Amino acid sequence: MSLITYRQALHDTLRAEMLRDENVFLMGEEIGVFEGSYKITAGLLAEFGEKRVRDTPIAEEGFAGAAIGAAMLGLRPVVEMMTINFSMLALDQIVNHAAKIYGMFGGQARVPMVIRTPGGGGQQLGATHSQNIELYYSFVPGMKVVAPSTPADAKALLLAAIRDDDPVLFLENLALYNTKGEVPDDDTPAEIGRAAITRSGTDLTLIGYSRMANVASGVAAELADSDGLDIEVVDLRSLRPLDRDTIISSVRKTHAAVVLEDDWLTYGIGAEVAASISDGAFDDLDAPVRRVAMAEVPMPYAKPLETAALPSKDDVVGAIRQTLAAVGRRTAGV
Amino acid sequence: MATQARQRQRRTPAAAASGERLRQFYKDMLLIRRFEERAARAYTEALVGGYCHLNLGEEAAVVGLMGALKPTDYLFTNYREHGYALMRGIEPKKVMAELYGRVDGVSKGWGGSMHMFDVTHRLLGGYGIVGGQLPLATGAALAIDYKNQEDVVMCTLGDGTAAIGAFHESLNIAALWHLPIVFAVINNGLGMGTTVERSAAEPELYKRGAAYRMESARVDGSDPASVCEAAGKAIESARGGKPYLLEVVTERLRGHSVVDPAKYRSAEETERLKAHDILRVFGEKLAADGILDDDAIAGIEKEVADIVTEAADFAAASPHPDAGTLFDYTYASPVPNDSRRLPGQPLFEPLPLPGVPT
Ligand SMILES: Cc1ncc(C[n+]2csc(CCOP(=O)(O)OP(=O)(O)O)c2C)c(N)n1
Ligand SMILES: [Mg+2]
Repeated sequence: MSLITYRQALHDTLRAEMLRDENVFLMGEEIGVFEGSYKITAGLLAEFGEKRVRDTPIAEEGFAGAAIGAAMLGLRPVVEMMTINFSMLALDQIVNHAAKIYGMFGGQARVPMVIRTPGGGGQQLGATHSQNIELYYSFVPGMKVVAPSTPADAKALLLAAIRDDDPVLFLENLALYNTKGEVPDDDTPAEIGRAAITRSGTDLTLIGYSRMANVASGVAAELADSDGLDIEVVDLRSLRPLDRDTIISSVRKTHAAVVLEDDWLTYGIGAEVAASISDGAFDDLDAPVRRVAMAEVPMPYAKPLETAALPSKDDVVGAIRQTLAAVGRRTAGV
Repeated sequence: MATQARQRQRRTPAAAASGERLRQFYKDMLLIRRFEERAARAYTEALVGGYCHLNLGEEAAVVGLMGALKPTDYLFTNYREHGYALMRGIEPKKVMAELYGRVDGVSKGWGGSMHMFDVTHRLLGGYGIVGGQLPLATGAALAIDYKNQEDVVMCTLGDGTAAIGAFHESLNIAALWHLPIVFAVINNGLGMGTTVERSAAEPELYKRGAAYRMESARVDGSDPASVCEAAGKAIESARGGKPYLLEVVTERLRGHSVVDPAKYRSAEETERLKAHDILRVFGEKLAADGILDDDAIAGIEKEVADIVTEAADFAAASPHPDAGTLFDYTYASPVPNDSRRLPGQPLFEPLPLPGVPT
C-alpha cells in the first residue's frame, strides 16, 4: 500500500502498463513536451520516447480515429482527450466507429483502446468547458465507460481498461486529481461493470460516481456524526455496463435512495439509475428517488451564477433530509 | 529632441497623416499591452477566473488586422481576444468587466475571458473550442452573400488551429461558394507547448490556400503597418467574392494562458523574446524616425494607464450577476416545461399521503 494522489496513481499505472506491454502507447494533445495539461503523463516522453508518447496536432477526430485503427491491428492505444468537452469533436469516430466495429463486422475485429478524459466544472471555464457529457458515451452499446472516484480505483480500473478488448471511455475529474488515498501495490485489475458499496448503512442509499461518489462518502460521514444517520454509499464506478444488481440490493435494504450526478438532470445518468430502482425495487421504496444534478443551463462564467448551477453539499444534505422526511411520513402512515 | 522638432516641421501633409497613423498604432498597441498586463494582475488577485489568454506579443497583428476592417465588417475570433475586442471599439471598461464576470461586461458576465461578444461592434464572438469559430464565420459570410451585402467577415485562428478538421471544411466551402471572408492565421509559432513545426506538416500555413485555389499571403506580424496593408488587400479580395488566407507571423510573449509558466521554452528563447519585444522595437523606430519623442511616449503611457485604471476600477465596482438570472438565457423563445430547477430542488413537491398529517 502507498498513499498517493489520483494523478500519481494514473501516472504510475500508465507507466507500469507501458513497461509491461510494448503495444501500449499514448497519444494526445500536449501529453509529451508539455507533460500533459494536468501533468498525468509527466516524464513519460523522456522515459519512453516519441514513438510511444505521441504529441498530436489539435485534431481530436483524427487522432481518436487513428487510435481506433491502430487498435484494430492489435496495438493498445491510450488516448488522452484534454477535457471531455473536446472529445465531442471525436464523437463520430468513437460512437460510429470504435463502438460499432466489433458488432458490425460480426466480431472479426476488436478495438482495444482507452480514451482517458477529465470532466468537471466549477472552475469558471464557461459554457463549453464545464460540461459532464459522459452520458453521450454511456448511452452507446459497444462502449464501456468507467468513472473511478479514488486513487485505488483509478489504478485498478485503468489496468482493466487497458487490458480490455473493447473501447473504454475512462472518465477522470479535474477536482479529483489532487485527492489522496491508499493504493495497493499489486496490479490486480478491477472488473469493469461492477459498482462498489463504499460504506454500508441501513437508512438510505446514496449513489454517485466520480467526484460525486466522493461527495457522497463525505456527506454520509458527516451525517453519521451530526445526526447519527446510517447511510449506505454506492459508487457506480462503471457507467456502462451499469451494475443494477448492487443498486437494487442496496435499496431493498435501505428503502430510500438519492442519486448524485455532475451532469444535467433530464435524461442524465441519474435518470437511468432512478428508472432502474423503480423497476427493481418499487415495492421496497418508502420515498420517491431523488436526484441532485447540475442546473439545466449553459454554464455561465460569473462565479455566483456558476455556484448556483452546481450541486453543492447543502443540496445533497437537503435532498437526503427531505427523502428521510418522506420516509418518515410514509412509515408513520403505514 | 531639437532635430526631431525640425524634422517634424519639414514633413509634408501626407507624411504628417502617416505619422498620425503610426502614432495611433503605437497607442493602440500600448493599450493592448497595458490592458493585458492588468488582466494578468487581476487574475493573480483572483478577480478574474477560468482561463485567461493574453495578446502579449501579438499587439501589432491585432492592431493591423483590426485597422483594416470597416466598423461594419464582422469579426469571429478565438479565446485570445481581449485585444481584438478593444480594437473593435468596445470600451475597455466593458471588456475588463467581462473578465471580472460582472453585469456590465460585454457578455454580461456570462462569457468571461474566452467569450466576448458585442453585436453593435460586430464582434461575433471569441470561442473557446479550438476551431469552433471557423464554420460559424463561414456561415456569416454566406449570410452576407445571400443578402447581397457589402460586408466582409474576418475570422482569426491560431497556428495550432489549422490542424483541426473544421479548418479544411471551412476554407473549402468558402472557396467553392466565393464567400466574402478572410481567414487570418495568427501564427505565433505555438499551440500551447507545441511548435507549429510539430503540429503542421506544412508549417508555412499560408500555402494551404493552394489546396482551395484561394489566394494567400504571409506577413510579418511585428509591424502594424505591414499587417494593416496586407489585411487591406485580403479584405478587398474578399469583398469581391474571393476569400483569402492571410498568415500573420507573430510571437507569444508569455505562456499559453496566465497560469502557464512556459517551461518548454529555453532560457535563450525567453531572452530573445524580451530583447525583441515588438512594442519597444516599434516605439524605438518611431522615435528614430522623428514620429514620437520621449514626451509624446510619456504622454501616451499616461493616457493609456488612465484608461486601464479606469477600466479596472469600473470592473471592480460593477455588480456580480444575480443568481436569480441563472435561467434567463437558456432559450431565446419562451417554451413551456423548461427546466428551471436549482440543483437541490425536487422535481415534484411531496404530495400529502392519505390519512397522514403533513
Ligand atoms: C477542440 C479543442 N481542443 C483542444 C483545446 C485546448 N486548447 C485550447 S487553445 C489550444 C492551442 C491552440 O493553439 P493556436 O491555435 O496556435 O492558438 P494560440 O493559443 O497560439 O493563440 C488548445 C490545444 C480546445 N480548446 N478545443
Ligand atoms: Mg499559436
